Amino acid sequence: MKITLKVWRQKDAKDKGRFETYKLDNVTEHMSFLEMFDVLNEELIQKKETPIAFEHDCREGICGTCSMVINGRPHGPLQGTTACQLHMRMFNDGDTIVVEPFRARAFPVLCDLVVDRSAFDRIIQSGGFISVNTGQPQDANSLPVPKEVAEASFSAAACIGCGACVAACPNASAMLFVSAKVSHLNLLPQGKVEAKRRAQSMVKQMDLEGFGNCSNVTACEAECPKEISIKNIARLNREYMSSAVGSETEV
Amino acid sequence: MKLDGKIPAGALAEKWTKYRSSMPLVAPHNKLRLDVIVVGTGLAGASAAASLGELGYNVKCFTFHDSPRRAHSIAAQGGINAAKNYRNDGDSVHRLFYDTIKGGDYRAREANVHRLAEVSGSIIDQCVAQGVPFAREYGGLLDTRSFGGTQVQRTFYAKGQTGQQLLIGAYQALSRQISLGKVQMYNRHEMLDLVMVDGKARGIIARNLVTGKLERFSAHAVVLATGGYGNVFYLSTNAMTCNVTAAWRTVRRGALMANPCFTQIHPTCIPVSGDYQSKLTLMSESLRNDGRVWAPKKKEDAQAIREGRKKGKDIPEEDRDYFLERKYPAFGNLVPRDVASRASKAMCDAGHGVAPTGLAVFMDFAAAIERYGRSRASAQGIHNPDKDTITALGEKVIDEKYDNLFAMYEKITGENAKKTPMKIYPAVHYTMGGLWVDYNLQTNIPGLFATGECNFSDHGANRLGASALMQGLADGYFVLPYTIGTFLAGEISTPRISTDLPEFAAAESETRARLLGFLSVNGKQSVESFHRRLGRIMWEYCGMARNAEGLTKARKMVQDLQAEFQSDLFVPGTLDEFNPELEKAARVADFMELGELMIVDALNRNESCGGHFRTEYQTEEGEAMRDDEGYAYVAAWEYGGMGKEPVLHREDLIFETVKPTSRSYK
Repeated sequence: MKITLKVWRQKDAKDKGRFETYKLDNVTEHMSFLEMFDVLNEELIQKKETPIAFEHDCREGICGTCSMVINGRPHGPLQGTTACQLHMRMFNDGDTIVVEPFRARAFPVLCDLVVDRSAFDRIIQSGGFISVNTGQPQDANSLPVPKEVAEASFSAAACIGCGACVAACPNASAMLFVSAKVSHLNLLPQGKVEAKRRAQSMVKQMDLEGFGNCSNVTACEAECPKEISIKNIARLNREYMSSAVGSETEV
Repeated sequence: MKLDGKIPAGALAEKWTKYRSSMPLVAPHNKLRLDVIVVGTGLAGASAAASLGELGYNVKCFTFHDSPRRAHSIAAQGGINAAKNYRNDGDSVHRLFYDTIKGGDYRAREANVHRLAEVSGSIIDQCVAQGVPFAREYGGLLDTRSFGGTQVQRTFYAKGQTGQQLLIGAYQALSRQISLGKVQMYNRHEMLDLVMVDGKARGIIARNLVTGKLERFSAHAVVLATGGYGNVFYLSTNAMTCNVTAAWRTVRRGALMANPCFTQIHPTCIPVSGDYQSKLTLMSESLRNDGRVWAPKKKEDAQAIREGRKKGKDIPEEDRDYFLERKYPAFGNLVPRDVASRASKAMCDAGHGVAPTGLAVFMDFAAAIERYGRSRASAQGIHNPDKDTITALGEKVIDEKYDNLFAMYEKITGENAKKTPMKIYPAVHYTMGGLWVDYNLQTNIPGLFATGECNFSDHGANRLGASALMQGLADGYFVLPYTIGTFLAGEISTPRISTDLPEFAAAESETRARLLGFLSVNGKQSVESFHRRLGRIMWEYCGMARNAEGLTKARKMVQDLQAEFQSDLFVPGTLDEFNPELEKAARVADFMELGELMIVDALNRNESCGGHFRTEYQTEEGEAMRDDEGYAYVAAWEYGGMGKEPVLHREDLIFETVKPTSRSYK
């Protein structure tokens, strides 16, 4: 396969950035999208040029490190798939593919396709946990959790914190990410104790980080590589309203 | 140097309890004055940093990732073992201990493994309290499943994403301590050297990967939780950035590397498809609960499949060799990883492989789909279900149990493994070897501790499935927070360590010189190309099967490759910027030094045990032949200096409770 890539190049946070065009002649359909980048980078190094910086790690679709927008879609065209799990058989010979970083005010570009997503960490630090110290809690089976509840919690917990939801949203809202964490914990009996405080603190931090508001575009759900449901956003809104109105919980 | 494992006296089952009640403690007000550095935020690091912060220590925690949630623990799929005996199937602490010792082919310390089994139950309790959404039964209680090398169902799981859920639990606990100010978190910082002051570990030199600046950090003690070194093989199931640098740099400062040749080859990975391949993807061992491993009996069938003239499902039942069930009837498809890997390799070597490369066997779910389909049909009151109904219902059960694994397989290969058998082949997955530590998880350098995959301590020569998550969390939550006190109790009057000490300046300038060295070679070959070549040498000669002749040859090849690296490497860019190629250069340089040591260790160990299979030492049936007289010891290697031989230190393994026998899964 012959592929033309238009890739965003930006030396550092201060650089203005621009698209550069690269032509690849020997792409095979079994290659992953990132392996195509490996091949391109090897060629660039051979020419003593600067390889394209892109983040990746597990290449199994679970670590959430990749942060590419491919042809206008975070993680590319395949539903429920991270960029690292995308394979070239999804593309055709002669295609031109445009690759740029996740874009959002809260995710500043560090270099080429690499962005700073530490805002997500700070949101979790604001309340995305259950306050339990390491020690000797009660026996795991002393707290039965209905299977459906455990599974709903698990579905929300499947979030890999990649930030595709933010990149997909025209408002760069982080509501899907925040609501997934709130749902994961608030659905479980262990998480109920701090449910209201958690919802309020995390929403507050999300606003402080400069993420936009949710206006029900639902692009986040469509682009989420783990197919996290926007039902979680509805759940967060309920939790937030009920905790904010007439509540004594202060954050 | 005399190696002292510091194993407490007394009966095996009482050692940990008694020791815990008598070990030195650090009072709460003193903990506030002590600093601890934790490097790595996987299960072992995040759990340790969070727990130490909760106790009151001032923790500085480091990861080279953009966030502490990304470490490769996250990719663990199948589950975590614990001796809860919720199934009432005869499990116990002793049985988990015994399975692990036997699974490790009698090359681990009894006391460490018993402690691991003892704390295993608390891990599950802790994780549930943190909100880890484990799989549950309809009654609301926790579900478990089987893993290799055991005859009980003690593996707790969260679909095929157990590692992710456990890591997020630990990350949440860590995040809480960060918010409370007890842990100072440094993302995108890579440890490049250990700083020692008066013979004790007192700090690290780390590179800020965004600015490229070298930074100094001091503490009263340093904990490494930096994972394993499987990427020395280039192709492995490890994440792309997993590396040995932090651990290896401490070896260069005098820490001992124990049993480096013990590497685990996992039997069920997606086979290699081309030269551009960057990594291999694991298919969880949990699939062997339901997947039957086979290869065609007839070589002509195998050849037809390789050439695309036949498919797996075209081979009639009587022409299939379910070789694990045939060779190991007692454990069947659930034999330990080393045994299953060798059996698959033997089938392929004999010409029965089914991928175009000849290097793959089948894992088939047809029988399980039918069994589950019938059972589900019966539960739904369908008494004479037709084949399509059975298949549809059975596939649904498989989806519920393994969810993302089949989807992942399809994304990578383009095939639906519910319709046609999965193709699998062994790949490097885990490293049992690691930094030598005593019972306190302290290395031979005072104040330097190692936890999780980074140390050598619990899995002997072969790790059982679902035991890595158990060990990482055991070390971080329930062992290190106690045992680090044995060292820190002696440091309560040591003031805060200054980073202005000459030792810090010296380590920083050495690190700078080393990195500038990579940049100044200005040759022609990329780091990646050297890494691939190193990987090929290691896999060919120090992989699933080894012998003295090949190892001797490989050592020379690695040395030659190192020389070429030093004269023909090209690293673009500069030191003071975001420069992933420079990061890789430092890691690959360390992999080469480690690779040579692995070969030396494999040559020294004239026996076969667990993942270390020397072809000279095997039974007539091709099983590993151990030599307990000669090699029932931990081989801990001291770095000898550039171009000098490493020095071997032996710690004899003494078995007081179990009697090492020939490991049989027949």
